[in-house]
Amino acid sequence: MKNILTIDNLHASVHDKEIIKGLNLTINSGEVHVIMGPNGAGKSTLSSCILSNKQYVKTAGRITFCGEDITHATTDVIARKGVFLSHQLPEEIEGISVFNFLKTAKSKIDGKNVYSTDFRKELMPIMSSLDMSESVLDRDLNVSFSGGEKKKCEILQLMALRPTLAILDEADSGLDTDAVKAVSKGIEMFRGEDNALLIITHSMKLLQHIPATHVHVFIDGKIVKSGDSRLAEQIDMRGYEGYKGENG
Amino acid sequence: MITKDNSPDYEYVSQKGLTREIVEDISRRKGEEKWVLDIRLKALEMYYALSMPTWGPSLEELNIDDIATYVKPASSMKDNWDEVPENIKDTFVKLGIPKAERDYLAGVGAQYDSEVVYHNIKEELLSQGVIYTDFDSALVEYPDLVKQYFTKCVPLTEHKFIALHYAVFSGGSFVYVPRGVHVTMPLQSYFRLNSPESGQFEHTLIIVDEGASLHFIEGCSAPKYNKFNLHAGCVELFVKKGGTLRYSTVENWSKNMFNLNTKKAIVEEDAVMEWVSGSFGSHISMLYPMSILVGDRARTEYTGISFAGEGQNLDTGFKVIHVGKDTNSVVHSRSLSKGGGKTTYRGLVRIMPSATHSSSFVDCDNLMLDDISKSDTIPVSDIRSSDATFSHEAKVGKISDKAIFYLMSRGLMESDAKAMIVRGFASPISKELPLEYAVEMNRLINLELEGEIQ
Repeated sequence: MKNILTIDNLHASVHDKEIIKGLNLTINSGEVHVIMGPNGAGKSTLSSCILSNKQYVKTAGRITFCGEDITHATTDVIARKGVFLSHQLPEEIEGISVFNFLKTAKSKIDGKNVYSTDFRKELMPIMSSLDMSESVLDRDLNVSFSGGEKKKCEILQLMALRPTLAILDEADSGLDTDAVKAVSKGIEMFRGEDNALLIITHSMKLLQHIPATHVHVFIDGKIVKSGDSRLAEQIDMRGYEGYKGENG
Repeated sequence: MITKDNSPDYEYVSQKGLTREIVEDISRRKGEEKWVLDIRLKALEMYYALSMPTWGPSLEELNIDDIATYVKPASSMKDNWDEVPENIKDTFVKLGIPKAERDYLAGVGAQYDSEVVYHNIKEELLSQGVIYTDFDSALVEYPDLVKQYFTKCVPLTEHKFIALHYAVFSGGSFVYVPRGVHVTMPLQSYFRLNSPESGQFEHTLIIVDEGASLHFIEGCSAPKYNKFNLHAGCVELFVKKGGTLRYSTVENWSKNMFNLNTKKAIVEEDAVMEWVSGSFGSHISMLYPMSILVGDRARTEYTGISFAGEGQNLDTGFKVIHVGKDTNSVVHSRSLSKGGGKTTYRGLVRIMPSATHSSSFVDCDNLMLDDISKSDTIPVSDIRSSDATFSHEAKVGKISDKAIFYLMSRGLMESDAKAMIVRGFASPISKELPLEYAVEMNRLINLELEGEIQ
């Protein structure tokens, strides 16, 4: 077992408003962590902060990835080290095909040339497991994609780029039952002993398919309770009300 | 862009400034007939009479007294690259022109400063009656044909810099495509302004006869000097009944250039005029290609992009006048600005009362790469036909931080992420260019974005 991610007393703000208020988290290889919390708790801020989104300022604390301090590394460097973020709202980029984008990303992350024909072949089985048509590769990145298509496209990238840590920010929102199945199948295929998952969600949909090893309740910028998968079930039944008090 | 000066030998460089003596001298050295000199002298009078434009970017820094209007390289025109002097050929080899000619062009012209140094056309086109030669030769070899069209599309009186152009014009290309002939591979003319403190005033005249078709490509560049240069070319295009002309341009001027170019097409019945335009470089550009749809069912489409960086002001746009019935125009314009550069889309759509059932669609999209750059859209519409369909869409926006973050989260450096977004933004235009030019345009975009981050 290897340490993948350690977040130590992280504080982060946007426009001088503190959103993350002293967060601690340790993730080891082979683990699946789930962060649950009500809307507006700052869950997405956390994923943005791990990837050094410039919109947020880290005011205190430390983030290490595989033993390296990445607190102040730039987004691209963190990505190249092996952190992947499946975005809650993937951006639409006009004029750049999914394939060219993915090929560029692959060559940046692997640090070597990627050959179109080989790479396309490599993507075929991934796409069919996600129930995606090959023609998606030639469309402009996320442009006019449905919510479900965007999420599938994120998982396609996850599977093609094979990171060490995958952060999935609301990967199941806006998906119908079949799409949730396809997405969770992809995540399940990715999961292994050498990597780890951090799933950020406010729903239980994905968790019915992916067994969580750790569940954290995230309220008002902090983790207020941690436990195993039973914690998720409790929240599913009772909601977050009981935890809001704990945060005072 | 080649920044190194190859220091060619010049046979003759005119005095700086503009006088009757200089104009007469240019004409004498070219051995022109009197009718040509008469046009030059009449234009010179117009130049003195017309005032500077009172709108658009300031031209205060431009002083014609500092500009040599005629610079003749020490080489006559050749039809074989091997005979072109090494130092001049080097420049064109670096620009990839001879290779492009071998690979995908039906003919090539190459102008160095004021004179065309190379011109060649494939045999099979000659046998079909296609004429492709430099403009000076056309004046001598096809005087009747030239006289019939020269100055008929763009008159001397159009504006001050056209008057200047006609006074000192030199070089350029002449193309005639006979009735029904389809030129399947493009013809390309390349204009290189190499000498400092000089002007380039090439004249391009293209006639696509009834039912014929042509794709003409124009490339322009200049090395960097500290002094200002002036480009005031003129392009006159005639597309006859049922003909099709595509005119593609990639201009990559150095950033000391005043680019005051005039391009206009007269489009007859059922004819199609397509403009594809990429404007890079220059200090100031004022460039407004124009189609006049004189015939019924004539169509025109303009697809253009401009990119202004630090110290640049690119004022471009498309003008169309609908005269014939059921005429149609479509405009896709995109602009990029960074480092305090300014882009302006200045367009005109005029639909005359005679142009019943006509339609025009204009779409302008402007992307600013930082907070200090500027972008403006000044569309003028003058719709005089009651049943015309006209729509204009304009968008001005800043490059999205969210999009940059998205791409960076996939391992792209900030500069690569920006370049990818910009390339994507430019893709509707680069898709319309021949592959080699699309590659060149992407290279220019990367060059423009290089070194701005980290």
